[in-house]
Amino acid sequence: MNILFAFLIIATLSLILGLGLAFAAKKFAVETDERADEILAVLPGANCGACGFPGCSGYANALSAGTAENGLCPPGGVKVRELVASILGVASDGGGAGEKMVAFVHCRGNNELTKRDFVYEGIEDCNAAHLIHQGDVACKYGCLHLGSCIKVCPTQAISRDDLGNVVVDPELCIGCLKCTLVCPTQVIKMIPYRGSHAIACNSLDSGGVVRKICSVGCIGCKICERKYPESGCVVPNFLATIDYSREMAQIGEAAEACPTKCIVKAR
Amino acid sequence: MEFLATFRKGGVHPKDKKELANRQPIEPFTAVSELIVPLSQHTGSPAKPLKAKGDVVVAGEKIGESTSFISANIHSPVNGTISDIKKITLANSVISDAFVITVDSENPFGKWSLQERKEYTGAELLNLVKEMGIVGAGGAAFPTHVKLSIPRGKKVNDLVINGVECEPYLTSDHRLMLERGEEILEGILYVAKIVNPQKITIGIENNKRDAIDNLRQIIEEKGHPIEIVPLKVKYPQGDEKQLLKAIIKREVPSGKLPLDVGAVVVNIGTAFAIWEAVALNKPFIERVVTLSGESIKDKKNLLVPIGTKVEDLLKLTACEETDNYIAGGPMMGFAFWDTTTPITKGTSGILALAPSKKGRVTTPCISCGRCITACPMGLQPTKLYRLIDHGQYEVAMANHLMDCKECGCCAYVCPANLPLVHAMKLGKRVGRK
Repeated sequence: MNILFAFLIIATLSLILGLGLAFAAKKFAVETDERADEILAVLPGANCGACGFPGCSGYANALSAGTAENGLCPPGGVKVRELVASILGVASDGGGAGEKMVAFVHCRGNNELTKRDFVYEGIEDCNAAHLIHQGDVACKYGCLHLGSCIKVCPTQAISRDDLGNVVVDPELCIGCLKCTLVCPTQVIKMIPYRGSHAIACNSLDSGGVVRKICSVGCIGCKICERKYPESGCVVPNFLATIDYSREMAQIGEAAEACPTKCIVKAR
Repeated sequence: MEFLATFRKGGVHPKDKKELANRQPIEPFTAVSELIVPLSQHTGSPAKPLKAKGDVVVAGEKIGESTSFISANIHSPVNGTISDIKKITLANSVISDAFVITVDSENPFGKWSLQERKEYTGAELLNLVKEMGIVGAGGAAFPTHVKLSIPRGKKVNDLVINGVECEPYLTSDHRLMLERGEEILEGILYVAKIVNPQKITIGIENNKRDAIDNLRQIIEEKGHPIEIVPLKVKYPQGDEKQLLKAIIKREVPSGKLPLDVGAVVVNIGTAFAIWEAVALNKPFIERVVTLSGESIKDKKNLLVPIGTKVEDLLKLTACEETDNYIAGGPMMGFAFWDTTTPITKGTSGILALAPSKKGRVTTPCISCGRCITACPMGLQPTKLYRLIDHGQYEVAMANHLMDCKECGCCAYVCPANLPLVHAMKLGKRVGRK
């Protein structure tokens, strides 16, 4: 008999509580956009923050709510932009991330090749070094080689090579721009992934100044631009740049002819 | 024994080394050939150049105009020609455009004579301070007219004159107080006319007894309404906030200005510059610079035109070979390597210390808490250092990183030799972005 009472009490109690929960679930239901979950599944999931939102879920929520522009995800590129557009039911009309861009350190001036103004013995951080006379490297546009970008890279795409230069692996780079934001000299810039070559110099100093302080810097001699017009090289000031929108047929020859060899293979 | 006012919390006692240069009278420096006059010598926006390459300038002529409220005019210190305008990096790592002035070798300097005395109103004096490009001579070079512009509704109870000079080695303010006491006191009265304080006090550290006695004597003779308070020798007694704690016994709240506790603090060098501006109609084109340090044989206090290259000064002092130059004092000054760096309005001294030992050895923080005891602002440098080291800049800001004024007490006492001040500077720079 006792056992029956216990059974009945528990059964009634659980019925009341169960109904209460069912009511609360209906009454206080939080409306979620199913599309946000779908978008989150499509996004790369690197949580790199390049879109400007707190992680991939933040961006997915903003997209489904219509407060964010499509195509802000550099790691996802065109593929993700189109997938997101199909989920949202809108046209994918370019804008934002187009072709895959990767970071490139526009400097090959390591400790031996570039002059130092003084001995820096402070904190091992590029921004800390930059506080003191814009760093110990005589060239104020170049890489400080203290590796702040290596620390922030979410995919370990940045490393030091055998010569002590900081290099980005284009295969691992997801184009999140974190390194370009942390770099105090802005020597890291984005180049198209398909680009075979890049200029390994960022110095706007005149040729004479560059020659004095660095043996691998661009001196603005314009050989690449004049002799190899099909190379895609343009020299608007004392620094050559590559116009990646053009055909770069002669870039290999131009790299050979460069007197300071600062046109280097990007991959 | 006389009771000496001081601030309570924190502070350190470095060797003051003032005896190296405090007996050298101020000498004018005349061997100028080329000056580099930067357009951004002050806190705030850089001045706009009024002259171009090739223009002839006369001493005292305005060559840079202030561009906003917090900015200052720049004047040519000498007669000469502008041979170039170039970008330079100052000793404190500020990048600035600078006039390169080739000095007229026959008639380099302007003549400054006493003007006829006249009664100025406060507004006229304030305008004069602004026009003459006067900035704080203590080091931070904050435009003085901004400090002296009292917003409507605020009242100044105390005008505190900072004659502390707590940085080791530096003696420029000390010499000024000894040799130009009367002028400084008059300059202080001009400041008082602008801000209308109820009380004027001069705070001087007790290691400058002769300066205290000298000024007291003049005050007694002339009957100036100025009081002199000798202060305990303790670094950073000369910081604005510590000075106010010692003299008016009030603490400036975090993120506020001295004016919020009804006080205005003006440096001795600034008071002298204001006297020059009013009495001689001379802009801020010269300042007293201490040349001291172990590598300098003939220590000197020189009256130097703004823009003089450091190497020109060092030639005069039989400086030995060293790589350890500092602009300002050893605690808060800036190490520099390029001796073509010019003297600016905020440079109170050039030190050439003994050659530095290479290879900084740091050990991990042992949490001894000495930096916390030493910090005059009541911060926890060890905690801030850890946060900045881990890249948690926002948390560091929430722990009042911005209250740090980089006085260097924490790094001075740190047994692990950690670069604490450097980390604070880094944290401020990244955290502000």
